[in-house]
Amino acid sequence: MAEKDYIQGATGAWEIVIGMEVHAQVSSKSKLFSGADTTFGAEPNHQVSLVDAAMPGMLPVINAYCVEQAVRTGLGLKAQINLHSVFDRKNYFYADLPQGYQISQYLQPIVGKGVLLLDMPDGSTREIGITRLHLEQDAGKSLHDQSPRESFIDLNRSGVALMEIVSEPDMRNSEEAGLYLKKLRTIVRYLGTCDGNMDEGSMRADVNVSVRKPGGPLGTRCEIKNVNSVRFVQQAIEYEARRQIEVLEDGGKIDQETRLFDTGKGVTRSMRSKEEAHDYRYFPDPDLMPLEFEQSWVDGIKATLPELPDEKKARFIEKLGLSPYDASVLVAEKESADFYEKVAKGRDGKLAANWVIGDYFGLLNKSGQSMEDFVITAEKLGGLIDLIADNTISTRLAKDVFALMVETGKDAATIVEEKGMRQVTDTGAIEKVIDEVMAANPDKVAEYRSGKDKLFGFFVGQTMKASGGKANPNAVNELLKKKLAG
Amino acid sequence: MSLDRAAVAKIAKLARLKTDPDRLEAMASELNRILSFVEELQAVNTDNVAPMTSVQPMKLRQREDVVTDGGNPEAVLKNAPQRQGDFYTVPKVVE
Amino acid sequence: MTVNPDSLTIASALDGLAKKDFTAVELTEACIKAMQAARPLNAVITETPDKALEMAKAADARRSKGEAGLLDGIPLAIKDLFATEGVLTTAASHILDGFKPAYESTATANLWKAGAVMLGKLNLDEFAMGSSNETSYYGPVVNPWRAKDGTKLVPGGSSGGSAAAVSAGFALGATGTDTGGSIRQPASLCGITGIKPTYGRVSRWGIVAFASSLDQAGPMTRTVRDSALMLQAMAGFDPKDSTSVDRPVPDYVANLEGGVKGMRIGIPREYRMDGMDAEITTLWEQGKQWLKEAGAEIVDINLPHTHYALATYYIVAPAEASSNLARYDGVRFGLRVPGKDLTEMYENTRGEGFGREVQRRIMIGTYVLSAGYYDAYYTKAQKVRTLIRKDFEQAFQRVDAILTPTAPNAAFPIGMKNDDPVTMYLNDVFTVPTSLAGLPGMSVPAGLNSEGLPLGLQLIGKPFEEAQLLRLGRSLEKVANYTAKPFHWWES
Repeated sequence: MAEKDYIQGATGAWEIVIGMEVHAQVSSKSKLFSGADTTFGAEPNHQVSLVDAAMPGMLPVINAYCVEQAVRTGLGLKAQINLHSVFDRKNYFYADLPQGYQISQYLQPIVGKGVLLLDMPDGSTREIGITRLHLEQDAGKSLHDQSPRESFIDLNRSGVALMEIVSEPDMRNSEEAGLYLKKLRTIVRYLGTCDGNMDEGSMRADVNVSVRKPGGPLGTRCEIKNVNSVRFVQQAIEYEARRQIEVLEDGGKIDQETRLFDTGKGVTRSMRSKEEAHDYRYFPDPDLMPLEFEQSWVDGIKATLPELPDEKKARFIEKLGLSPYDASVLVAEKESADFYEKVAKGRDGKLAANWVIGDYFGLLNKSGQSMEDFVITAEKLGGLIDLIADNTISTRLAKDVFALMVETGKDAATIVEEKGMRQVTDTGAIEKVIDEVMAANPDKVAEYRSGKDKLFGFFVGQTMKASGGKANPNAVNELLKKKLAG
Repeated sequence: MSLDRAAVAKIAKLARLKTDPDRLEAMASELNRILSFVEELQAVNTDNVAPMTSVQPMKLRQREDVVTDGGNPEAVLKNAPQRQGDFYTVPKVVE
Repeated sequence: MTVNPDSLTIASALDGLAKKDFTAVELTEACIKAMQAARPLNAVITETPDKALEMAKAADARRSKGEAGLLDGIPLAIKDLFATEGVLTTAASHILDGFKPAYESTATANLWKAGAVMLGKLNLDEFAMGSSNETSYYGPVVNPWRAKDGTKLVPGGSSGGSAAAVSAGFALGATGTDTGGSIRQPASLCGITGIKPTYGRVSRWGIVAFASSLDQAGPMTRTVRDSALMLQAMAGFDPKDSTSVDRPVPDYVANLEGGVKGMRIGIPREYRMDGMDAEITTLWEQGKQWLKEAGAEIVDINLPHTHYALATYYIVAPAEASSNLARYDGVRFGLRVPGKDLTEMYENTRGEGFGREVQRRIMIGTYVLSAGYYDAYYTKAQKVRTLIRKDFEQAFQRVDAILTPTAPNAAFPIGMKNDDPVTMYLNDVFTVPTSLAGLPGMSVPAGLNSEGLPLGLQLIGKPFEEAQLLRLGRSLEKVANYTAKPFHWWES
């Protein structure tokens, strides 16, 4: 563990220990145990079956698609797939838990140990252990701000399928926690098992935070519930670690408790409704048999897995010559990686990566549009890169062309043609411009010749300006050097 | 294992049952009577015996992922003791 | 023509309807009248005469078009544990006050599909928890059979209302549910026939759950043939119930008269219990003789873990119940008793909504599942349950069916066994092992005791061998020649 990860307190350095439980909503049309719709944003209680409302005598029947997605996700996390797993009831009372229990998996989850690689900014990777993945029902939603004396209950989410993905306490700072969440999101989106839409609650994290003296025994942890963005996860950890250190350094002790992150104030606070000690009384759900399937079925799913981000990244580095950092930026979204591959096809991989990561992403973000809607297609960007590669335009000029492409929607070749932006490589023409520049600045020429080398840049600038930016920069450099040397 | 008043009160709390403090003693004795009756199971040798998970030997049947239900808020709301529009309501919860 | 429903069976009524001796409306009117006359028995929670007549009219219309179903025009009554669309469904609990489901249980829907007519919803032990029908929020059901001195007796439970309705003669059949004996024991105490099918044979969808791994619905009727007819309609695969078994329903009626020649009947030694009522032992002995005379071979068998069945049951059933009954929280249906906050509202609602026996079982179930006790109680019980099932599996390698008494005693006075819950639980000692093993079991009335009260014998079959079990039951019924009926004291 690097020293840089330690937090300095009044009594010395502290180490943060972080584990996460991420709830990822399965991208199913209907719920885990009922046929009700899962589409986001419906009117309250309009997507609720009698099963979801726990009417007397209602029974669960499992959704095959959800089982398959859990297995797919498990395979994507290089995890153990359990051919025999059991659904348990987790018993507790809450207003938005109609059954009075949540159907979940406790001792025998569908997916066991796996691993996830963090892509660190320096290009290295770091391994985070996955403890398990299990399927469970989501609860409904309580709205506390609609009325002064009542909470309103909407069961549309009740029974929606979640994959709870539990990590080992392997993370040591908020940055790693953020990277973990991002990477997990990338993986489930590649697999198509969860849409990863954190705004709509498709992915939420429960973050377990504790602090300890470096190398010392693990401290008591607090669980911060239901954090729904990477930024909030990081803020919550920063705050919570500081809070725990302060408590400990003041001679206090940490209570194992559930806390809530107040996004407005940027603080965590104890959850009143969870104060009471829980005894969930897990037991196998007698309405459901054990879940069993064959290894051959798992193998069949495995054969259909797409290339996953880690593999894609390795290929980009190896086959296309990208830096680990550029490769990890490109594979973070499958869409970006696919776009990049289209652009890079038959072209210089490195040059294509620079353009996609730099100018393309920059203007895309500025436009606020999706890749799909954005005016620059992979073909168009490729066309621009081709003009750079065959020296039709300079890299510098290409940036102007690119801006015009965004503005007009025309392709690069048309713009270059229309605007006469073709690069001037004719040495005679360039020499003529240089002569004019030197003639206009005899004093500067004298100064240069008497040793003021720095003025070289001035001459390059003047020459480029006079050529309307079209002069080939390499040719300008070479010719200037010759001419100025006299 | 014998339950006292406090244990009974704790179980009642867990089960969300309001209990009359005057009844705790009687409840403890009833529950202890039942518990001592079931205690005889401890005499059975269950080494290497798997707990029963399903009484019929069958696999969990799975259904297709198709929307077949919901879309009828009245069916789930009409029996509600209290509601506001299409919401159920409960005494205010402070999180 | 005036119809006397008490003199009919489902089979004979179907005959009468087919021969146009009477119409379904006439039959239903007679049943409604008899039901109203039998109010002193408190067997019915909700009478549905209008619905019954409407259904009867439709039945007559179908019959006149030649489209009559298996049970077309037959008035039945429904244990109030089955959800019936738009009709108050209470589970005999205060906590389901005013609950009118927007759905119909699969089992009852199947009966209506076969053309049956609903007379009303029958009283039961609250949430089917009891063996005497005394735990009902709607008061105890009175057994149509009285003691010689006129003392009012319990009908057994939990399907006490069902047994009383059939025994009193106002319903030609009734649905029951059986978790540890709730069809068989009241059938025995009221002198009628009842069968608990194999677990998974009848859908549990829409039946208020007590203990999910044990609950199974079945018919309660006056004859074995009637049980076969009703079960024919009720049984079947239901994709809405994950524990429903996907296998065809055989014809239960076709081979009913096939006899028992060559069948091997097991007599489990362990069912001879210390201090057992001598009259029960005698009847059991008699049953053996009857079946032998009818051509069956009697074989002594062992079911070594029988003694532990009741204790196993009183861990597993309350554990499941404690969780199944968590949904009664005053939020979406039924009773709500206000409180200053959510938790207090829950506690008030559940504290007032559930009766004592139900609360007792919720408490036991909560305790045996709680941290630190789960393995000692729940896991242990499920292991013993495995052993109990193995006992039966081994026995069934040697025999086709098993004969035992249904209950350790005849009907007893109301209030007699209420002081000690365990004394009450002992009523189910012969029926619980079958439930734990998921096997089909039926009670057939076989005789009267010295008090003139009916006693039943239990037949236990192999999984999904209901057809064989019914055939065996029919043989026993024939040789026992049980014809006794209670005096209709409530009508005078």
